[in-house]
Amino acid sequence: MSSLPGRIPVAEPRNEAAAIGKSVVIKGQILSREDLFVDGELEGTIELNEHRLTIGPNGKLQANVKAREVVVLGSVHGNIEAADRIDIRKDAQLVGDIKTARIVIEDGAYFKGSIDIIRTEGKAAAAAATPVTRPQQTTLPAGNTPPALNRPPERH
Amino acid sequence: MLRERLSTVSSEPPNNRAKPRNSNGLDQFFAHIKGEEGLSILDMGSASQANIDFITELGHRLSTEDFLRSVDAAFAPGDAFAQQSDIGKVEAFLRQNLDYPAGYFDGVLVWDSLEYIAPSLLAATIDRLYDIVKPSSYLLAFFRAEQRAAPVPAYSFQISGPRTLQLAGAGTRRPVEFFNNRALEKLFHRFEYVKFFLTRDQLREIIVKR
Repeated sequence: MSSLPGRIPVAEPRNEAAAIGKSVVIKGQILSREDLFVDGELEGTIELNEHRLTIGPNGKLQANVKAREVVVLGSVHGNIEAADRIDIRKDAQLVGDIKTARIVIEDGAYFKGSIDIIRTEGKAAAAAATPVTRPQQTTLPAGNTPPALNRPPERH
Repeated sequence: MLRERLSTVSSEPPNNRAKPRNSNGLDQFFAHIKGEEGLSILDMGSASQANIDFITELGHRLSTEDFLRSVDAAFAPGDAFAQQSDIGKVEAFLRQNLDYPAGYFDGVLVWDSLEYIAPSLLAATIDRLYDIVKPSSYLLAFFRAEQRAAPVPAYSFQISGPRTLQLAGAGTRRPVEFFNNRALEKLFHRFEYVKFFLTRDQLREIIVKR
């Protein structure tokens, strides 16, 4: 079976990634300076600003997530901000809002929420062309997010 | 009789081969939002890379609901028709789904998601849609053009151009009711108008103006 170029197998944690196993339950805040693979349950927040977060097939997150790249194979209830990209695989379930530069979603994935694409080039060009005194209107105000989706939704 | 109709959602493997289809309804839908950016569009179908790419490339914000899958999950196991006729359960469902502020959306891609739900849930869903879309905005919906007792192919609607769709098979479902033009106008009676498009196949397209 061929694999797509650039795609990294994620069924198992990569050697260099920290891993939270499927029998682990965590409540709280995770800050990481390395890639992280979560195959257990987590309630709280995760921040890996310059790194990749992979939610494994057994992973269940009720958390807001901030990372460079996010790959979802399991279940997430919460908002995700991925500076580079988010990859939602076939059997994944994601309920929450997404803010990212690129998104890849496989057919069969369950996704409920909104998608904001961050256009970095456009922003830079707009900033260069816009006088400093004039407010920039390249993105919607945060207040446009539905209140129900600002918090991690309740589990069904 | 309606109850029997709701009882079947096929677990047969779907025919995933996408069929291209010209869509005048889609053409009109995008014509109404042409030249604008930063609008909020709701897609009630399952999440699709094609739709995400197309709508976000236009500079809009897309929300996805995967409405029928949420219905299937919320009103099971047991008698789905009875559960979808239970006002309490319908209200609870709408508290978890389509939960947006009034006038939030500038357009809704409903696709065929209203054909496979019981009348109580259908009426409540249309009321909710009326509330969450802005005045003068549009809904695009598909309904069967002829009455069928047997299950029909359900589709995943993928946008491949401003007036072209790819219809990928998503198993089979039984439409709960057949809606002729008059019945559709009645269904959307709170909206300003319903516009029908002639079609050569089994799917009738409508644009509904709020």
